[in-house]
Amino acid sequence: MLKEYKTVSEISGPLMMVEGVDNAKYGHIVDIELADGSMRHGQILQVDGDKVMVQVFEGTEGIDVSGTTVRFLGKPMELAVSPDILGRVFTGTGVPKDDGPPIIPKMKLNINGNPINPYARDYPNEFIQTGISTIDGLNPLVRGQKLPIFSGAGLPHDEITAQLARQALVRGKGESFAVVFAAMGITFEAAQFFINDLTNTGAIERAVLFINLANDPAIERISTPRVALTAAEYLAFEEDMHVLVILNDMTNYCEALREISAARKEVPGRRGYPGYLYTDLATIYERAGRIKGKKGSITMVPVLTMPEDDKTHPVPDLTGYITEGQIIMSRSLHRKAISPPVDVLPSLSRLKDKGIGPDKTREDHASLYNQLYACYARGKEAQELATILGEAALSEEDQKYMRFANEFESRYISQGYYENRDIMETLDLGWELLSMFDDVELKRIDKEMIDKYMPKFRNK
Amino acid sequence: MAELKSGRIIKVAGPVVMAEGMIGARMYDVVRVGAENLIGEIVELRGERASIQVYEDTVGIGPGEEVVNTGAPLSVELGPGLIESIYDGIQRPLDQLVEAQGEYIKRGSAIPGLRRETKWHFKPTVDNGSEVVAGDVVGEVQESTLVNHKIMVPAGAAGKVDGLKEGDYTVDEVIGGVTKADGSKTTELKLMQKWPVRRPRLVKQRLNPNKVLITGQRVIDAFFPIARGGTACVPGPFGTGKTVVQHQLAKWVDADVVVYVGCGERGNEMTDVLREFPELIDPHSGQPLMKRVVLLANTSDMPVAAREASVYTGITIAEYYRDMGYSVALMADSTSRWAEAMREISTRLEEMPAEEGYPAYLGARIASFYERAGRVVCAGSPEREGALSVIGAVSPPGGDLSDTVVQATLHVVKVFWSLQARLAQQRHFPAIDWLTSYSFYKQHLADSFEDKQMGKEFSEMVQQAMTLLEQESQLIEIVRLVGAESISAQDRMALETSKSIREDFLHQNAFHKVDTFTPVEKQYELLKLILHFHQAGLTAIDNGIDTSEIFKLPVREDIARASYIDNDKTEQVIAIKESIDEQVKGLYAVVTG
Repeated sequence: MLKEYKTVSEISGPLMMVEGVDNAKYGHIVDIELADGSMRHGQILQVDGDKVMVQVFEGTEGIDVSGTTVRFLGKPMELAVSPDILGRVFTGTGVPKDDGPPIIPKMKLNINGNPINPYARDYPNEFIQTGISTIDGLNPLVRGQKLPIFSGAGLPHDEITAQLARQALVRGKGESFAVVFAAMGITFEAAQFFINDLTNTGAIERAVLFINLANDPAIERISTPRVALTAAEYLAFEEDMHVLVILNDMTNYCEALREISAARKEVPGRRGYPGYLYTDLATIYERAGRIKGKKGSITMVPVLTMPEDDKTHPVPDLTGYITEGQIIMSRSLHRKAISPPVDVLPSLSRLKDKGIGPDKTREDHASLYNQLYACYARGKEAQELATILGEAALSEEDQKYMRFANEFESRYISQGYYENRDIMETLDLGWELLSMFDDVELKRIDKEMIDKYMPKFRNK
Repeated sequence: MAELKSGRIIKVAGPVVMAEGMIGARMYDVVRVGAENLIGEIVELRGERASIQVYEDTVGIGPGEEVVNTGAPLSVELGPGLIESIYDGIQRPLDQLVEAQGEYIKRGSAIPGLRRETKWHFKPTVDNGSEVVAGDVVGEVQESTLVNHKIMVPAGAAGKVDGLKEGDYTVDEVIGGVTKADGSKTTELKLMQKWPVRRPRLVKQRLNPNKVLITGQRVIDAFFPIARGGTACVPGPFGTGKTVVQHQLAKWVDADVVVYVGCGERGNEMTDVLREFPELIDPHSGQPLMKRVVLLANTSDMPVAAREASVYTGITIAEYYRDMGYSVALMADSTSRWAEAMREISTRLEEMPAEEGYPAYLGARIASFYERAGRVVCAGSPEREGALSVIGAVSPPGGDLSDTVVQATLHVVKVFWSLQARLAQQRHFPAIDWLTSYSFYKQHLADSFEDKQMGKEFSEMVQQAMTLLEQESQLIEIVRLVGAESISAQDRMALETSKSIREDFLHQNAFHKVDTFTPVEKQYELLKLILHFHQAGLTAIDNGIDTSEIFKLPVREDIARASYIDNDKTEQVIAIKESIDEQVKGLYAVVTG
């Protein structure tokens, strides 16, 4: 029999103090029954003697100190999982939200998970073809990687995540694939866009959605990514599926965390975010990966909007320190109607070298992207110079690089959201663009490679 | 001293637990918390109330549960078996944890740091009956093909040694004893000893570093060398290759033992190290690199308090090998995560924060950590010299070097490798900025060459290269504004040579099988080549040859690819010099003919 307490003493922001509690444990969850009989949920943030601090997921509106009953459930928050979660829609705390039947649990898992022992990890090295040239060709994604999309307000990150969910596959293998989508504080429209896209392609059958919309309680967002990752871990490591997890939008998550921290009167770090933001984000992002001896994998694509496109804002900054690279969206490319507007130069996939090469993609892949990258960087500089001095003032060489940069943007980067380019097509396109340079200018590519791949694009 | 008593938990807030009734407790005593026996450490005492930082997740812990004081500070086990191990921040072996608990790290494990069942072959090096003091080497164990592990008399023991016998022992078997002259006390000798991590190990004398630690990384060895026993820091924003620099150093540094601390970083990176190191061959010994490496991995998702301890655990292990008379290098990636762990614990203790919420003692902790590096005369006999070099990565928010942790680190370290996002974006790796980085150990560079004359010359060449790069940074602004045509031919040559220094010397491909490591002798030849071309070019200009003709010479291609020539074929590098002379001479022929 669970003890009930009617000893709520203090409510402030999303926090509630309950006094005279026996045997409360840190991190466990509570049920809160309001005077009118409605139910809310919370989690214990601190136990001090018989005083317990509870964070209320649904917000504290309407809770009073005298008529509220609190029940301590004596366990951490859990998610009921079974293969039936595929194709279903849940709230941000994992309660079914669609018209489907309740989930009959095969097992119940603690949503906080446990850290993966680094010794048990298997290294991510399987190339995922996303069909997007800027990712496949220049910053390849591999299974088990966490690669965030750094976006900004008004940029099409929803389109690019939908494209990823639609097109991502490992070449030459027909393995079971699933998408877990966690929406944190995004708009109804954005969520619906994603759901419709999955429905149109039939991918909804192998997707699990956790939806916390902009008008849902903010504190609930704290648990949303954890619930989603618990589902992903179950599908990956118990049901042998390759899971792509999309977390959209992590900035909203961090804001919810900041709200709690402020309510607890903690010493704030940069921009009011708590000092433990790095650790907290790490416990989410590090749940991606592969495990030795398990078939499945978790690949993660968190999306975050950078306030004022500022990469040094704490959320993108700390994320970049944890994730294995980042795909950055460019406002200027977007203005030029180049889609997807991936800003190639600052984007990076740290694991790219592990996923490419003779057996995985093609032998020329690594030197090719180095060369493309170097030429585009040079071309970008020329573009900038041209805006200052005028195109006519550029040296012949600079003009050539500028032409390359323009071509590269309009043909390589630009492909639209519905073109699914095969990796071979992407690689060949790279060679074709490089064919405007003489062999000796291509310093980053070995002579043999040039001789092998270049001739068919020359004299076209 | 009061008798130790167990206490009861009264408060739990994240990784910090408060307990009362902790009679006899001392600061930094290790305690076991709650029914699951979580490991914790006392970080604050108020009367009988102790605040405890817990090294494991505290979910499910509540008031009333017991806290047992072990009465000892957090210590590591030091003995044969450390090499090739992978530990978490408090020396729990991760490989054995997988066997015991599965893929995820669960709580309350009590696996000791050193395997108890392994037998090591011990060979005494002193005679029974001889007088010994703490630090004296009494025997040795071949720990790996690369490391000969010296067994030393533990601190506090002195007197006559007896009972030593060659044979196979486990780490906690008694191999002999040391009896005080008056017979009052006998200390048992084992292959293993313990040492509290927060206390530096004892040495006889500290010395100034006098020798460069060769890393095979051109920009580091030639321009910003680190000394044996020196300290360095690598700050940089994300994506600039801090970890690659650290990995490269761990792989190629000419130290006898390498301790790598992955402190609050990515899990996949540690897996990469685990996968790659056993396959790599140490260029100095021809043995797998792993045979001299101790790894500590406390990834970012593992408990934060253990992260705080991990750098101390690492440096204590490093000091232990230094005490055997070895040159040891410790890499800590990243010290910012360590500082953040301190901040988190400090916040939970409700201490008054200083800058950026970091505790006021942050600077002192960082300084005393780096101070544990150094070249020393080890305690005990035989007389031997050891060195511990420390290289810490720092991850400043937004790459901002005014960050508290960066500034506190720069106060104490002698080498600064500044990583720039701009260089990384140009794919110039290692992205160490040649204009802002510095090293206080440059004067020792010449001595690392067997041929002293060559060393002296190399130092001069480096100085010349540095001057050219400095000149470039000024010229490039002018060229930007008014075009390359408006500067003198000599300046154009300087620009071209600087570019060559950047692209053909400073730039180094960590993933190329030859380029990843360059011996100093080859570094000398490579730089010489570039400067030789510079000189030849200047002479040609004086003789009226157009710079564009010089820049077009095919030999430049050979210079660009010289770093990829096998390390044992330096004669091929030297041969390029002749092609330079020949081709430049060819230009004269055209002019005069």
